[in-house]
Amino acid sequence: MAGLLRYLVQRLVGLAVSLGLVALVVFLLLRTLPGDPARVIAGVFATEEDVRRIRSQLHLDRPLPVQFGLFALQLLRGDLGVSARTSEPVVREIASRFPATVKLAIASMLLAASVGIPLGVLAATRARSPLDLGISTFVLFGISMPVYWLGILLIFVFAVQLRWLPAAGADRPASLVLPAVTLALLSLALITRMTRSSMLEVLRQDYIRTARAKGLRPLHVLFRHGLQNAFLPVLTVLGLQFGELLGGAVLTETVFSWPGIGRLLVDSILARDYPVVQGIVLVFAALFALVNLLVDLLYGLVDPRVRMA
Amino acid sequence: MASWTRAYAWRERPERVEAWGRVLHHPTALLGIAILLGWTLAAAGAPLLSPHDPTHQDLEQVLRPPSVEHPLGTDHLGRDILARILHGARLSLFIGVLAVALGGAVGIPLGVLSGYYGGLVDLLVQRAVDVLLAFPTFLLALTLVALLGVGLGNVIVAVGVSAVPRFARLVRSSVLSIREQTYVEAARALGLPDWAVLLRHVLPNALTPVIVQASLGVGLAILVAAGLGFLGLGVQPPTPEWGAMLGEGRQYIFHSPYAATFPGLAIFLTVMAFNLLGDGLRDLLDPRLRGTL
Repeated sequence: MAGLLRYLVQRLVGLAVSLGLVALVVFLLLRTLPGDPARVIAGVFATEEDVRRIRSQLHLDRPLPVQFGLFALQLLRGDLGVSARTSEPVVREIASRFPATVKLAIASMLLAASVGIPLGVLAATRARSPLDLGISTFVLFGISMPVYWLGILLIFVFAVQLRWLPAAGADRPASLVLPAVTLALLSLALITRMTRSSMLEVLRQDYIRTARAKGLRPLHVLFRHGLQNAFLPVLTVLGLQFGELLGGAVLTETVFSWPGIGRLLVDSILARDYPVVQGIVLVFAALFALVNLLVDLLYGLVDPRVRMA
Repeated sequence: MASWTRAYAWRERPERVEAWGRVLHHPTALLGIAILLGWTLAAAGAPLLSPHDPTHQDLEQVLRPPSVEHPLGTDHLGRDILARILHGARLSLFIGVLAVALGGAVGIPLGVLSGYYGGLVDLLVQRAVDVLLAFPTFLLALTLVALLGVGLGNVIVAVGVSAVPRFARLVRSSVLSIREQTYVEAARALGLPDWAVLLRHVLPNALTPVIVQASLGVGLAILVAAGLGFLGLGVQPPTPEWGAMLGEGRQYIFHSPYAATFPGLAIFLTVMAFNLLGDGLRDLLDPRLRGTL
């Protein structure tokens, strides 16, 4: 237990260092933008007075290290500044859009895992059969498909032609279906591929043969002896894919006018609302890092061998 | 002594030549190469295949379905979609290859140095890689473009930089094991300077996974660059770029699906070709890597 605690503290410190570096890089990049950052942040229609106010508000009249110190202190207090477009606190802007993105990402992840893992197991047990070839072709299709095109095609078929599902928005439960399917496809394909290759590896092992020779039920061998041992690499992919889902959400949310932080990011970039861009980038990085930490902790649960390694 | 080491390095050559020969007998890789060859010819012969100017607007002929005059129809400004896709192929292949070349040019040396020397170099490089890996690929490219600004050059830099960490990680892990091989020890014992050991013995042996990664990477780079274009944050209009065409065509999907369908198909086919090629190369060059990239 003490070991777990030490490991956790170690990882959290490492995570804090990484996020600190990310914050520093974002801070520096934003300050080295061509032109006067205060003017850029204030926008095209700002008056001289606005620019002066923003300059002192962001401490741009102070030396760079002092600026970063103040910025870091602000961050630690959970203050991400004020949106240049709406003058609302960035934290509030992000918080109001956050649930929609999380809902979309979780729905996609559940879909991808619940279809991808069984599909991968199926392909591995029927290796080199026509079924396996079919699943591999589907995987290739999934990893080559641009999410934004898939979204448009689904809208065309299911919203424009068949009129089964809404094309945009998030006002009805059915609105979630098309965006979730769109966002899930790439992760689904990668999870299928990883499950297949990991299962193929495990099914070759001696203990699988032993289990079968003992006369255990085939399904029991497949899941209890096979999948449980093949799950570790799959878990890694699940974690990484959750991060990639957040990236893909930017495009999916744009296609479906889904009111999440991905679309807020794009709108903010187009409007040159840098405080919001900076805030969302930091939130995404923190979320990605937390998910990966969670995955590493789950390793210990899935596989006792890596516990405390 | 120099000639001896050169002979040693050359000895590996026949195997590699053989591997390239086998590519042509591997159905997956062959299909990928065939599609890419088709795109290359189409890009090179764009003016011959479609007589239309890809930026010429004809407001009398907007959003027309395919016809003899316009085999893939016209977009919302009456421009010929076929001409725009063919000219777009030049751009997409250019961006994809150049971005990966940039990612490799930065990432491979970083990975070699980091893996070979270890210690402080390794620590610094890996911290930098960690910062880049703190973002999902598309988000990293998007953030860089947001900071650098839109346009062809910045898109290539943004997509290239987002490919750096993958190359650096991959090469570092190969170099870590190559470093311990007896032939590296022998080269060092012979008194070869570090750069010669790295260039002649370490790097060539670390390249196999890099070739696979590069092929898959070009596909990913095209996907990411077109995604930026789709959001209006890539190569700017009126340049015919697949992602931007898709982004513009999307608004007219209720009237005419062609303007959004064909550019998407072009992106899909190109990315698929690079994936096929990458998968094929992986099977041929290093079966152990199957499923890991």
